[in-house]
Amino acid sequence: MRHLLDFSGWDRARVAALFKTARAMKEVLSRPIKTVPTLKGRTVATVFFEPSTRTKTSFELAAKRLSADVVSFSGSSSSLKKGESIRDTLLTLAAYGVDAFVIRADAAGVPHQAARWLDAAVINAGDGRRAHPTQALLDAFTLEEALGDLEGRKIAIVGDILHSRVARSNAELLGLLGAEVWLAGPPPLLPRRPFFGARLTARLEEALKDADAVMALRIQKERLSGGRLPSEEDYRDGYQITEDRLALAKPGAPLLHPGPLNRDVEIEGTLADGPRSLVLRQVENGQAVRMAVLYHLLARRAA
Amino acid sequence: MRFKARVMEAPEIARALSRIAHEILEATQGGRDLALVGIHTRGIPLAGRLAERIERFEGRRPMLGQLDITLYRDDLTELEHAPVVRETVIPFDVAGKRIVLVDDVLFTGRTARAGLDALTDLGRPARVYLAILVDRGHRELPICPDFVGKNLPTSRKEVVKVKLAETDGEDAVELWERP
Amino acid sequence: MSLLIRNARLVDARGERGVADVLVADGRIASLAGGEAERSIEAGGRLLLPAFLDLHAHLRTPGEEQKESLETGLRAAAAGGFAAVVMMPNTRPPLDAPEAVRGVLRRARAAGGARALAAAALTKGQEGRALAELRLLAEAGAVLFTDDGRTNEDAGVLADGLRYAAALGRPVAVHAEDAGLRGEGVVHECPLTEALGLPGNPAEAESARIARDLEVLRMTEGHLHLQHLSTKSGVRLVAEAKRRGRRVSAEATPHHLTLTVDALKTLDPLYKVAPPLREAADREALIEALAEGVVDVVATDHAPHTAAEKAADFLRAPFGIPSLEVAFPLLFTELVEKRGVPLGRLVEAMARAPRRLLGLEGGVLEEGAPADLVLVDPRERRAVDPAGFFSKAKYSPWAGWELLGWPVLTLVGGEVVHARLG
Ligand SMILES: [Zn+2]
Repeated sequence: MRHLLDFSGWDRARVAALFKTARAMKEVLSRPIKTVPTLKGRTVATVFFEPSTRTKTSFELAAKRLSADVVSFSGSSSSLKKGESIRDTLLTLAAYGVDAFVIRADAAGVPHQAARWLDAAVINAGDGRRAHPTQALLDAFTLEEALGDLEGRKIAIVGDILHSRVARSNAELLGLLGAEVWLAGPPPLLPRRPFFGARLTARLEEALKDADAVMALRIQKERLSGGRLPSEEDYRDGYQITEDRLALAKPGAPLLHPGPLNRDVEIEGTLADGPRSLVLRQVENGQAVRMAVLYHLLARRAA
Repeated sequence: MRFKARVMEAPEIARALSRIAHEILEATQGGRDLALVGIHTRGIPLAGRLAERIERFEGRRPMLGQLDITLYRDDLTELEHAPVVRETVIPFDVAGKRIVLVDDVLFTGRTARAGLDALTDLGRPARVYLAILVDRGHRELPICPDFVGKNLPTSRKEVVKVKLAETDGEDAVELWERP
Repeated sequence: MSLLIRNARLVDARGERGVADVLVADGRIASLAGGEAERSIEAGGRLLLPAFLDLHAHLRTPGEEQKESLETGLRAAAAGGFAAVVMMPNTRPPLDAPEAVRGVLRRARAAGGARALAAAALTKGQEGRALAELRLLAEAGAVLFTDDGRTNEDAGVLADGLRYAAALGRPVAVHAEDAGLRGEGVVHECPLTEALGLPGNPAEAESARIARDLEVLRMTEGHLHLQHLSTKSGVRLVAEAKRRGRRVSAEATPHHLTLTVDALKTLDPLYKVAPPLREAADREALIEALAEGVVDVVATDHAPHTAAEKAADFLRAPFGIPSLEVAFPLLFTELVEKRGVPLGRLVEAMARAPRRLLGLEGGVLEEGAPADLVLVDPRERRAVDPAGFFSKAKYSPWAGWELLGWPVLTLVGGEVVHARLG
């Protein structure tokens, strides 16, 4: 593995190896001293062309826990307007001797281009609607902790499927792990064609029925009002995960959300903090999984 | 790689471990606050066997832990692939303990160094000892074992293979030679 | 100046015409049976075809000469075996005024290479609201009207445009695509592109608009030309309209005839084009339609951009593929050699049909016809090398493809505009 752009070329053995490392990283995170010297002398650059404090913090902390040096760049999407400025930004940072680039962009394919331009490892931290592989990995890791083997498990993903890289990456990875993925949302926020073999439905009940786990996605507020949906009210009425609706899933089925959560929009308030919510576990596992990804890409002779 | 000789057989290994167990008890005044920490892979069964013997001799079983030093290796940039990270399990607080790090072979001393670093990241032990089944020389760091099963002078071209029933189906120490 | 082309295998829309010595004099084909000439060229059994006419090229002049200039664009066309190209009017500003059309034609005459013909905007500013001065534009030299680059959302304006253009004997060419169904789409909408997370432009955006435009056409006496047809369903609608005797014609591009949406797996903006690359079934339908004449014309939609623009990310990179210099060898290799499309049919679609559509003579090899000729080598295999393009756009989705049929000599009105004879 030279880059982590998406899951093409992945198999279950690779996921299992990564998760094994992630479990070791979780042990490191449980120690009083949460730092190991593994990547001393390596440099990780976080390059965020779209703001995301959570993902950036998670990656930077993961790199620091492994003793890597971290440089970071945050640019608005306006600095992306001319093609050369992305390239210039990356090549300038590369001149500092960066070993891995963690790239977030508002447009699909930017990390793929970066991988063509750079010698360093490229980690996709989310590109447009396309992919968010580390989020999917931490979700699958969290689901495996809760459910064990995911083969044959029914996982319902609910919300703005059309615009969601989390939905795409989860459909790809969970599908690879043998899960049956259902994607549910209001028709204007559902793609017109399916992806990665996941099932699409506008009927929430169909997706939730006997689900082993439920994942609600973040809804961009601007899409709720005057955008593709009539109103927030209309969305909540049809697709908010409530106590009653969650009862359709298997007893005790856990509830996930990639964050940040719009309280009382995607999930009914009480549920988000309830015992079935794995939201904080996802954050914790996110760091361990990202440490594992950095370890697998960087703890070896540079290519 | 070419096989050269078997340098230790099962009874010899058993005797060496019994001797080390006695030495540990002596050095730690009967094993008070004693913990044995095996280094992956073969240090773990060796630590287990030492713990059994100490329990047999003294009636008190020392604490046991296992340590993976992969995250502390200093040769990662020379490897083709990232090595597998295995579980570190230290089910006790290392602070104030007398800890014996256990490994099969002592060679350059780099593994022992990494083990010390890993251990001290977990807390501040009162004392750390190093127990080794085979010391083959060629140190690259100022590391000296406290308990040694066998000193085995070797050349750099030679490879020492420790086999244990738990991991390899039999107990033996073999000498091989690289071309 | 007269020229004798000896031992050429003649092929035109009627098919193989045998080996002959072709005498060119006074800008015309003087004889197909040899004769005295000031100069002579040994064709060595290479193929002599009527040179092509491209109904659809973006030469970016005026206003975006950093992407292409008249000099580079027309030189590229000549190298591709084109005697003439119709320049699209979506320039900066758009060609919607008679002076602008005269100006660009005047400059093109001095540029060398292939001949330039102008398409003018159908509506002022190509905004689709008010008709441009179609009569004055025609007098200034516009050979067809189009708002290409934009879509004609207002069907009433299109109906008026078709009626007015018909009175002037000009076709109206449309980029048939429903803007609402297209939405933000940048690639063909299908499971693959949904997985890629790229906003999709469904095939129905094209077919729904073609269906509407064909209904609008029924209300008029006009001639509707559908640009860059890309879908199987679009092909079906055109075939049906033709059966009913409607005055509709259609073009297909080299990229839609040779590439599919699968190329997008790499997310390389090189393949970003409008309308988007479709599925294999669409490509098959286009090839069949071309072979059968449902698609009348091959037009390049040569759409150059700077390398820096094309190096942007997929969403921000501009649409367009440059193809003037590879169109013929590409289609000769991929369709004639590999797929058995008759060469005469390809020559028809690239030489005679586009001329007929504009009411121009030529596109055939016979005595007295204009000496717009191209000599191509059907045996020399050469890889596409964008670095050697005359066009400013030195990139290509076909880079590295090994092709046959490269033009070695192009004549426009008897004058040599491109020569690459060994
Ligand atoms: Zn167009």
